[in-house]
Amino acid sequence: MNIVAGIGRAVLALLASLGRIADFTIRSVTSIVSPPIYGRLIAVQILRIGYFSLPVVGLTALSTGAVLALQIYLGGNRYGAEAIVPQIVVLGITRELGPVIAGLMVAGRVAAAIAAEIGTMKVTEQIDALTTLATNPIKYLVVPRLIAAVVSMPILTAIGDSIGVFGGYLVATQNLGFTGSIYLKNTVDFATRQDIMSGLIKASVFGFIVALMGCYHGFNSKGGAQGVGAATTSAVVSSCILILAADFALTALLFHTA
Amino acid sequence: MTVAKIELIGVKKRFGKKQVLDGINLKIDKQSSTVIIGGSGTGKSVTIKCILGIITPDEGTILIDGVDVTHLRGAARDAVMRKFGMLFQGAALFDSLTVWENVAFGLIQGRGMNRNQAKDIAIQKLAKVGLGSDVAYLSPAELSGGMQKRVGLARAIAADPEIIFFDEPTTGLDPIMADVINDLIVSTVRDVGATALSITHDMVSSRKISDRIAMLYGGKIIWDGPTSQINQSGNDYVDQFIHGRAEGPIKMAVKA
Repeated sequence: MNIVAGIGRAVLALLASLGRIADFTIRSVTSIVSPPIYGRLIAVQILRIGYFSLPVVGLTALSTGAVLALQIYLGGNRYGAEAIVPQIVVLGITRELGPVIAGLMVAGRVAAAIAAEIGTMKVTEQIDALTTLATNPIKYLVVPRLIAAVVSMPILTAIGDSIGVFGGYLVATQNLGFTGSIYLKNTVDFATRQDIMSGLIKASVFGFIVALMGCYHGFNSKGGAQGVGAATTSAVVSSCILILAADFALTALLFHTA
Repeated sequence: MTVAKIELIGVKKRFGKKQVLDGINLKIDKQSSTVIIGGSGTGKSVTIKCILGIITPDEGTILIDGVDVTHLRGAARDAVMRKFGMLFQGAALFDSLTVWENVAFGLIQGRGMNRNQAKDIAIQKLAKVGLGSDVAYLSPAELSGGMQKRVGLARAIAADPEIIFFDEPTTGLDPIMADVINDLIVSTVRDVGATALSITHDMVSSRKISDRIAMLYGGKIIWDGPTSQINQSGNDYVDQFIHGRAEGPIKMAVKA
């Protein structure tokens, strides 16, 4: 009986948590379309979320493109299909690895930072202070981060895609004996608008997830330093899980494969 | 009959199994200074947060100037919030902003005033709480606890509010700085012509800043009267609390 009660409590807690996230999401999204819009705060957040994430996203994209080229060459070698390296690299990077790697990197860097910042504001009553100063905390704190993440992530991913393809190009031309001009021609000829756009749409959704989870867990942090630490961990873990789940759903939706 | 500035009627609030407020009834007159006293965890902060609309009560009514504000949202709530100023226990200054931006925040974001005009007002309000214009450009992290409270007070009075709330204004301060803050509270409330509602368990502060004291215990207001009569309240709970005795009807809970 205790086991059944325990399962029941866990299910109810999960449903309550999903309800709170849904309520927070609806309040945040509806706040985007109503004034005031804090343009200066959006610009600051684009700088923090997008610009300052460039080094980590660029570095991981370069490494991913290079490793991908090497693995495809080694795998393709078994069937005499080494020549498809540029095509698979550009396909893998633009459709899948570019947005997902950028999403996960930004989740680690940005969701944690947002949750820690807003969580600290919560436990030090700064969010209550906003309310007493006739300022809606959702509009002031959440909306600028959501807009900045949704706008920044596709740009960040597009840059990451280019660096990733360049990583594959470097390995292919320096180590695997490919001719540079032919590699680039094959890359450009093979990549379609849909490959690139699907990756950028995914990136936008991942940006929304990262900012939303960072803000949600920050707003719901309790207690002192320990509560803020727990919120930070939850923000990163939930962002990563949701990014991977959304990636599958979006791939099925965008390519009609499910 | 004059309408009370703030009136709470049967306000109840429960968190999980704990009934924190169990039917609060309290009237606060215009331009009066009332202090709610009570032990830690008795619901003093919850009472203020209910009035501010940060927490929604489960039952009861909250009237401001005779208007029911209990469930107000959106623009109507924003209009009521413009009547309020609040000094938080830990000052709650925004650490991403400078001191003057903190003081001017409500003017710029809440009322749409331009930054230069708001900055001039912020510097005037800082002067009112004894801080020079050189402090205006510092960040809150560079200030001592007492200075942070002063900045918090300047922020609370920046928009000349009709009602100012003080949450444990002297907690964490040395006795001299606590007295300075008490004096500032008395003078600024008088100058602004505001109604003040404070919560504290510091009896020295309570006696100095209030003209009326209400005691919260067991989720209810168990005594409410002029500050000058608190020593003759005839209430054992009040007597035990104001004299800080371990012996008496109030038993301190060892576990929450």
